[in-house]
Amino acid sequence: MAKVSLQGVSKFYGKVQAVKKIDLEIIDKEFLVLVGPSGCGKSSSLRMIAGLEEIDEGVIKIGDKEMNNLEPRERNVSMVFQNYALYPHMTVEENLGFSLKIAGLAKTEIEERVHEAAGILDITEFLQRKPSQLSGGQRQRVAMGRAIVRRPDVFLFDEPLSNLDAKLRNQMRTEIKRLHQKVSTTIVYVTHDQVEAMTLADRIVIMKDGIIEQIGTPLDLFERPATKFVATFIGSPSMNMIKASIIKHNDKLSMKTKDGIIVPVPKDKQNSVSEGQKISFGFRAEDIVPLKFGQKPSSAWEMQSSVNLAEPLGTETLIFTNFGEIEIVSRMFTPEQVKSNDVLDFALNLDRTYLFDENSGLAI
Amino acid sequence: MNKKQINNILIWFSAIILIILIMTPGLWVVLTAFRPQVDVMAKPAVWIPRNLNLIQFETMLFGGSEGSMGRSPIPVLSYLRNSLIISFTSTFIAVLVGTIGGYGFARHNFKHKNKYFLLIMLTRTIPGISLSLPIFIIFSKIGLIDTHIGIILVFVALNIPFTIWLTDGFFRQIPRAMSEVAMTDGCTKLQAFWHIELPLSRSGIASAGIFAFLISWNEYALVSNLARSTDSKTLTVGLMDFTAQFTINWPGMCALAVFIIIPALILTFMVQKHLVTGLTFGGVKG
Repeated sequence: MAKVSLQGVSKFYGKVQAVKKIDLEIIDKEFLVLVGPSGCGKSSSLRMIAGLEEIDEGVIKIGDKEMNNLEPRERNVSMVFQNYALYPHMTVEENLGFSLKIAGLAKTEIEERVHEAAGILDITEFLQRKPSQLSGGQRQRVAMGRAIVRRPDVFLFDEPLSNLDAKLRNQMRTEIKRLHQKVSTTIVYVTHDQVEAMTLADRIVIMKDGIIEQIGTPLDLFERPATKFVATFIGSPSMNMIKASIIKHNDKLSMKTKDGIIVPVPKDKQNSVSEGQKISFGFRAEDIVPLKFGQKPSSAWEMQSSVNLAEPLGTETLIFTNFGEIEIVSRMFTPEQVKSNDVLDFALNLDRTYLFDENSGLAI
Repeated sequence: MNKKQINNILIWFSAIILIILIMTPGLWVVLTAFRPQVDVMAKPAVWIPRNLNLIQFETMLFGGSEGSMGRSPIPVLSYLRNSLIISFTSTFIAVLVGTIGGYGFARHNFKHKNKYFLLIMLTRTIPGISLSLPIFIIFSKIGLIDTHIGIILVFVALNIPFTIWLTDGFFRQIPRAMSEVAMTDGCTKLQAFWHIELPLSRSGIASAGIFAFLISWNEYALVSNLARSTDSKTLTVGLMDFTAQFTINWPGMCALAVFIIIPALILTFMVQKHLVTGLTFGGVKG
């Protein structure tokens, strides 16, 4: 059983606190992704679990055992690094078998386990090669093979795909997911790429400035972002976000933007905001659609705007247009030609409009 | 002829001139070693050798006397022994300590790290010869004059800064993740160093080693002060045995010089591959 728990864990680099008293319970066999912009503390957290960084405050447990004072080698974790870090002076076979050799296993057993791992990752034919003779994807596989050969309690991945090109990244992403199903071991995976996080994770932990913004399943985070940061971070294209203040308009609470555009506060939020409150409201690209080519939502607010730019992607077209002074993006699923400077009527789905308090950043 | 060909010819021409300039003194030493004193001293100089012989080497190594200047042969084998002991021991210690130091500077952060590094490098700006008097006085007080240990100590001190500088650059080239992976793979810090980082910096350490060796092997000024007798005199210092009050046995001296050059040459060729990768690899991004 290898659940991992972080209790009030902090990390300082000099006077800078990179990780601020975070609490996190990772369930056995879970695929947990730590995601956030660079400098958010995700890698530091991972490295503390691995034992490569000292834990300055708090407790990290794997299973029920406290890890704080154990060396990396005593924790039974495997780590896959962004730059692979394969041992360049060893063949693939020696790379895979190195940890077993250090552990003092018999030659035959090492061979057996190396071949098993090589089989899982489909690298048997490269066993006699040196890392320098492998392509990026193959190296990545070897790095993963080296991790699984030890049968660790926990796999730690530190941005393992960021050195690969887009196509290979997609392919390897699928393989990592498949690998997780095959070996069914707890995985903690760090990335700055929200797509990787969404596609791989059982649960996502979003971090920013050393604290956890939200923990949840990918859909949780997408549908119910707890903060403005999570809302803009998850989803592609990023959620449109507009600053406004709450005013009374025709006896109803409404949101007034800097440019004087007035949008009614969604019905279910009428009681949650008060006049004068500074807020931001956000909506995803698919929740503001050109009326002519889309289905009008039941609770719609309409506006007219001209197209700045259109990006046809086949199944969908992204339309960049202005909301007052701010550029927003709309996603249209109808294969219609839209040109720059076309003037369109847009409908905003108020039921799927998110409100965030401007001071706290929390969802309303 | 087009411009490119002319360019090529110019480059070759300058290269040849340069090589002649560099090689002539060395060649002259070698030539002199095989020629009789009469030819060496002849005026005008004899450029094309007339009769070459091995007499100087025979005299030097086996004490033969025919054709030599009749002086008693110098104890070249003792000198060789001293040179070997001093060079190898000092190189070994300097590389061992310097590599550990270089690793420390490359991998660990501590207060005033850059200042310490600068300080160590600054020691190399002091000309070695200016240290000879202080060293002589100190050594004479503690009885290290004319001993292997004394000279080894001096060479170790001379060579450590360079070794630190070179290996530091090398260890920096090795991604930190390499040893981190090794540590999660079950290694202790020392095992990670031994199995991963040390083999990967082999070229750098080999370069540092050959440099340290050559410096020790070829050093003359300092040792000539510290070595007084056959107990510790090295080959280079032994060169001076060929000078008498009024005469200098040039062929004999050159024969010994050739004898000194050969092991250094062999060693350099042996590690040449490492030397080249060493200097470029460590230097470019260091």
